[in-house]
Amino acid sequence: MATIDQSLAHGDSIIHTMDPRVRLGCAVLLTVTTALLHWLPPALLALATGAGLTLLAGLRPQTVIRRLAVVNVFIVFLWIFLPFSVPLAAQGEPVLRLGPLAASRAGVDLALLITVKSNAIVLTLLALMATIPMQDLGPAMQRLKVPEKLCHILLFTYRYLFVIHQEYRTMRRAMAARGFTPGTNRHTYRAVAWLMGMLLVRSWDRAERVHSAMRCRGFRGRFHSMARFTVSARDVMLLAGCTAMAAAFIWLETTRRGLA
Amino acid sequence: MTSAVIELSDIEYTFPGRGICLSGLNFHLHEGERVGLFGPNGAGKTTMLHILMGLLHPQRGEVRLFGRTMADGRAFDEARLRIGFLFQNSDDQLFCPTVLDDVAFGPLNQGLSPDEARQRATEALTTVGLSGFEDYVPYRLSGGEKKLVALATILSMRPEVLVLDEPTTGLSPESRERLVSILAGLPMARLVVSHEPDFLAATTDTLLALRDGRIVPGRLAPHSHVHVHEEGDIPHQH
Repeated sequence: MATIDQSLAHGDSIIHTMDPRVRLGCAVLLTVTTALLHWLPPALLALATGAGLTLLAGLRPQTVIRRLAVVNVFIVFLWIFLPFSVPLAAQGEPVLRLGPLAASRAGVDLALLITVKSNAIVLTLLALMATIPMQDLGPAMQRLKVPEKLCHILLFTYRYLFVIHQEYRTMRRAMAARGFTPGTNRHTYRAVAWLMGMLLVRSWDRAERVHSAMRCRGFRGRFHSMARFTVSARDVMLLAGCTAMAAAFIWLETTRRGLA
Repeated sequence: MTSAVIELSDIEYTFPGRGICLSGLNFHLHEGERVGLFGPNGAGKTTMLHILMGLLHPQRGEVRLFGRTMADGRAFDEARLRIGFLFQNSDDQLFCPTVLDDVAFGPLNQGLSPDEARQRATEALTTVGLSGFEDYVPYRLSGGEKKLVALATILSMRPEVLVLDEPTTGLSPESRERLVSILAGLPMARLVVSHEPDFLAATTDTLLALRDGRIVPGRLAPHSHVHVHEEGDIPHQH
């Protein structure tokens, strides 16, 4: 990890030119409602919404697929375990029998629902949040009244991850230069623990120095941002569209409960 | 005599568990003065600078900035806005996602509007010869560029005094020359701390030294060079 990849943040699609605050708001609205769904049809609608937004953002298909693949690696495990761990319905027939193990219909349904919901959320986040460059995300969060501390944590993590990673590599090289080869033994555990401890100490020291440097430039706990955001008619349309979709998810979900 | 902008009197500072670092230290810098402070590594140069910026608190002694005694943190908060302090390590000083944000950070803290801050930032970047670098990411710059951006971040605050802590650390000879020529064009009073006498001679008028925890005048010491060239043994002039 030489640099922090922001490949999706640069572009000139409709989504990229939208106000970051609106994108952030829409992303929260859609992902929270999607996460609450229990029924497949609204989840499929959410997946379609995410896919639609991704198309609007004009993201490179390879990049999107690569990022989706990472999420779906975890989901594969759900497909392996859920069908066999969710109990069969009363008098229900197993979908599949492997020796003493019986796969339940309910388990398969649950795995499918989770798959659809996860992919819907990832697509929505890729389209709406990964398209915001880091220098806009902080100010946008600040304007949306996200607690100041969270904004600071995000900003500094982004900035100093690279520096701390370099320090880690420098120390690892110094260890290698003295003949250290990691193995499964106490010597390795101890050396790695010291390395991690040292990294923590150095990061702390650096944080103190950065804070001093900021105080010297007049910092008193609050960031003043130069970013200027304007809400256009298209931003309002995006917000309205996303609100309508979120309302549709909830409506579908509640009608099913009404039917049940 | 013009008024003193920085005055340290009878400063004593002891690091916990490491013995006395500064003791009976006196120093003053007046308007328009360009003072170089030399000292070997570990002499306490950085400690002294951090005391004068209010980042460390001496066990004894008094710090006066712009004629006012620095009694508490609030007094330092105001005085710091008028002093441009360049840190030894640029990575400590540059923390924003873009160069422009970093250079505009100080002016925004001074209460300028975003437009004025942007204007100041552009000016400062021009002064250090980095116009066009606004959207670059600070951590991807070279060591020399980082140092110049760090210098721009304090110049954009229009400081009345520059305090530079080992500005040549880790710089290539070219970057060092560039820094010397930029400093030559800056009018404000300055205190430059370095362990390189050559750099101090090029950027300041008066040389002081930090020895045994106090400030003493720089020593004049004759030294000779061995000088070799072809047919050098034949009497000639240079």
